[in-house]
Amino acid sequence: MTIYIKNEIDLKRGYKTMDWKEDVKEMVYQGRIKVPYTWSVGEVGSRFFIELRDKKKIWGDKCPRCGTVFVPPRKVCSKCYSNIGEWVEVGTKGTLLTFTVVRYKNNLQSRDAPFAYGIIKLDGADTGLLHLLGEVDLEQINIGMRVEAVFGEDRKGEILDIKYFRPLKEA
Amino acid sequence: MGNRVGIVGVGQTHHRSKRSDVNGQEIINEAVSRALAGAELTIEEIDAVVIGNMDHFEGINYVDMWSVDGSGGYMKPIMKVTTGGTTGSTVAAAGYYQAASGLFDTVLAIGWEKNSESDTSAAIATCANPILERETFAGAIGPLAAEYSMYMKKYGATEDDAHLAAVRDHNNGANNPYAHLRKRVTLDDVRNSPMLAYPIRLLDMCPRSDGACAVIYASENKARKITDTPAWVVTTTTRHDYTHFGDADWTIMQTLEEASKAAYKKAGIKDPLHEFDVMELYLPASSCAVKWMESLGVCERGEAPELIREGVTDMDGELPVNPSGGVICTNPIGATALIRVAEAALQIMGKADKRQVPDVEKALATGFGGCSWSDVMVLSSSKPR
Ligand SMILES: [Zn+2]
Repeated sequence: MTIYIKNEIDLKRGYKTMDWKEDVKEMVYQGRIKVPYTWSVGEVGSRFFIELRDKKKIWGDKCPRCGTVFVPPRKVCSKCYSNIGEWVEVGTKGTLLTFTVVRYKNNLQSRDAPFAYGIIKLDGADTGLLHLLGEVDLEQINIGMRVEAVFGEDRKGEILDIKYFRPLKEA
Repeated sequence: MGNRVGIVGVGQTHHRSKRSDVNGQEIINEAVSRALAGAELTIEEIDAVVIGNMDHFEGINYVDMWSVDGSGGYMKPIMKVTTGGTTGSTVAAAGYYQAASGLFDTVLAIGWEKNSESDTSAAIATCANPILERETFAGAIGPLAAEYSMYMKKYGATEDDAHLAAVRDHNNGANNPYAHLRKRVTLDDVRNSPMLAYPIRLLDMCPRSDGACAVIYASENKARKITDTPAWVVTTTTRHDYTHFGDADWTIMQTLEEASKAAYKKAGIKDPLHEFDVMELYLPASSCAVKWMESLGVCERGEAPELIREGVTDMDGELPVNPSGGVICTNPIGATALIRVAEAALQIMGKADKRQVPDVEKALATGFGGCSWSDVMVLSSSKPR
């Protein structure tokens, strides 16, 4: 059988039309790529996670030039490119800078919707840490609220060693 | 300052949620064919090709290689650039740089995406830091939502302010035959659409589209021979900031502020609200359509909600924004920012049909990649000095 293909741009429809395609289903090929990765946490990140895992402490570091206290810590200042050597322990309490409540479902998310996350500025830090919000009424979250880290029992040296931040009831 | 360069041809596909009737090469070919036809050029007259799309989106690498049938790049110098959301504007910048260098007379810039071929959210998640941020903050919607929450708190902006900008873009999109979403909406439609991530609702957010766009640049002498109405490139600027999402002050978009400031300085623009006739902005959500106007220097900080409420950026306002319907109507991501440049060029050339703003002399196009970096390009009907 010979198939004659008419291959012109139909300006009205905006598609190239081929007369034989009217009667057939468009063909697709199903595939999947699953690739394992092993990411190096790095020198500064390793210490940050070891302190989280072993001591439930949150450390940042302070730029010797511009004075910015970074949490999470980094080896080189993001702003002035100075080498950072000074470690600073920051609190496990902080202030919520902003947040969202996620209502859509997506299996990539580490929680089932609805759930909340935000940016938390820990006491003593100049930058914000991204994290989940827990033990909180999703309708009652507000910017500026005080929050504290809740640590997991079985800590592995990763960001979810902090389970989430919850509202702080200060005396 | 490089040599003077004009945009002489623009082509794009009719963008859709799914184009399973064509593969990657074929969808690229559609846009390139239309750009060549528009400029009355043949592929032989193209000296160099720049092409880009998103990393990981279709799961096929080296688009510079395998797309040659679509791009027309056989035995030509091809360069791939991919910079996330700004891919299209980086392709635009790279194409301009090549022509402005004087090494090439005509350069074809191509951006494309077939979002339907994979899981966009999964692909976007791969741009987040896997160790620190992917578990807690990945995705496109949440960070934009958190950004607007912060802005609302600081300046008293409302969800309705963003919804009004969504109404503007959706209704503009209805006039654009190439737009993916072309349905007119009301404020109540946006208010009642499903909440995705507070405060962003479905009709506030960009869709995922299949589509491609191509733009042809020509050197000064060549441009004049091709068309009487080239869209001259005055300047383009890029700024980056990101290391960690929590580092930035999200009440402003600092990269856009710095990029536009630098571009205006080079272009001699002091009053963007009155000196630009139209803007085609990469606004991935309607919330950005409010907040980012301040970063573009169109108004002072905290004044953008008023600007939107008064209709200043509507089609009949002082400064029409997104006559094409913008990103919330059409989003083939690797092409999205190039479409901004293409639409701005069409406005200058007077070829924007039902979405044409009258007498456009100066136009601004932007690109955004998250989070967060910004590109801006200034186009003009008159040759830059
Ligand atoms: Zn510093």
